[in-house]
Amino acid sequence: MINQKTMQDYLSPRVRSIPPSGIRKFFDLVSGSKDVISLGVGEPDFVTPWHVREACVYSLERGHTQYTSNAGLPELREEIGAYLSRSFRTDYDPANEILVTVGGSEAIDLALRALIEPGDEILIPEPCYISYSPIASIGGGVPVGIETFAKDQFKLTAEALKSKITPKSKILILCYPSNPTGGIMTYEDWLPIAKLVEENDLIVISDEIYAELTYGSKHVSFPSLPKMKDRTILVSGFSKAFAMTGWRMGYACGHRELISAMLKIHQYTVMCAPVMGQIAALEALKNGMEEKDRMMESYNQRRRLVVKGFREIGLDCHEPQGAFYAFPSITSTGMTSEEFAQGLLTEGKVAAVPGNVFGLGGEGFIRCSYATSVAQLNEALDRIGKFVLARKG
Amino acid sequence: MSELKLKILDLLKEDARRSAELIATMVGAAQAEVEAAIAELEADHIIVKYATVVNWSKVDDKVTALIEVQITPERVHGFDAIAERIYLYPEVKSVYLMSGAYDLLVEIEGRTLKEVASFVSNKLSSIDRVLSTKTHFILKKYKQDGIIFEEHEEDHRLLISP
Repeated sequence: MINQKTMQDYLSPRVRSIPPSGIRKFFDLVSGSKDVISLGVGEPDFVTPWHVREACVYSLERGHTQYTSNAGLPELREEIGAYLSRSFRTDYDPANEILVTVGGSEAIDLALRALIEPGDEILIPEPCYISYSPIASIGGGVPVGIETFAKDQFKLTAEALKSKITPKSKILILCYPSNPTGGIMTYEDWLPIAKLVEENDLIVISDEIYAELTYGSKHVSFPSLPKMKDRTILVSGFSKAFAMTGWRMGYACGHRELISAMLKIHQYTVMCAPVMGQIAALEALKNGMEEKDRMMESYNQRRRLVVKGFREIGLDCHEPQGAFYAFPSITSTGMTSEEFAQGLLTEGKVAAVPGNVFGLGGEGFIRCSYATSVAQLNEALDRIGKFVLARKG
Repeated sequence: MSELKLKILDLLKEDARRSAELIATMVGAAQAEVEAAIAELEADHIIVKYATVVNWSKVDDKVTALIEVQITPERVHGFDAIAERIYLYPEVKSVYLMSGAYDLLVEIEGRTLKEVASFVSNKLSSIDRVLSTKTHFILKKYKQDGIIFEEHEEDHRLLISP
């Protein structure tokens, strides 16, 4: 290369320093395998409801192919505002406090880019969704993991949070219901966390993409807690509740100045979310609740099946209260999560994601998505049972 | 009806071979409770029968026809007595009383086109009070009882995703 430099030398040190995603590594391993039942998928097994797809097709027929306003279609923002108020008691002004993004991921990236100054510490309860820590690093922040434990149903405790707060702490990223653990937080669980957030003047990014997927108790939205609305950016989207992962439709809600700062980055990078996705999202919110409930009931049924199955196999499994993942412990087999997942893939022909890729506290577990058919789940449980028996036997 | 019974009906409608044990796990109830609920549903004739949906076109070339039938209703019995005369024939798969241009919609299944034609002309049309019939042969079944016949249930998802 020029002046003996390699391409690596041109790359930004921030990007260079980020290790490749553990999930990506495992994906490469899995993609060559045949006859595999996959429990490794972080998305619904349903196709987007037909009326949502149809609304998009119809809008294309009518020629709706133009830019929308940067913040998103006004009617979609209105509908998002009404939905959040109705479902989670969080009130946002659609004109200034809601921004439609390209998936929840863009919303998180915008929030971090709008807030981080180099050296700021970003508190992240782990195990968690794989992207938070790398996006924080790319933004120049310092991710600080907070380990959560199966004995606490992977809830974030005030003690654990407090022990990690320093004068440099600026942002706390929350994701409940949790990917990968299925843990949730109740109103009582949140109160001491909110107190610490206020005392330490933290800004919260609350990723509530799985808010619709709770079993038993209703989701408690972090900004609905006393005094939390103005210091929280609520991030959500349509992927999980309405089976719309590929559409990449998300949104962020928060204080108008924060949203306005995020809008600046959004308008100079992606301009606006794709119009066809926005039209589909509008249809999903207006007429998709019944389909959503039907899918939810189905996840709930499979959740019970899977948890019982793991326990019968002899793997400890806390009962997930949200999302569509079971997170059983595999420590009784004496293997690391990577050894277990690789062995299960090659010998048992079942793909599950090793827990260590989700950060602190993930080692010793595997993430199994139960967003797959009952027949497939039964077959997968059978195979896992045989694999574990052979190892323990 | 109780929520449990509704859930059981949904699960059995999806797959009638599901065991009470599996259903109990899926709905989060005791197996005995599910067994009792199923027994009640059967006794109340809410679960009428456990059937198999067969795509016959893959097995043989049976002929199915939908026949619009116009009739003169009977005094006292209205349409019911004639409907009964029709639905008792084993060739008749279903009979519906309809609003609109005709009175009964009759579904007939036969081995050959000739067999169906013969049923219509000899048996159905000759019934007293049957005024007219209009026969439509089914060329292809795409969906029946909510089940899509030729669905390609491909899972387009990657094997691993975040």
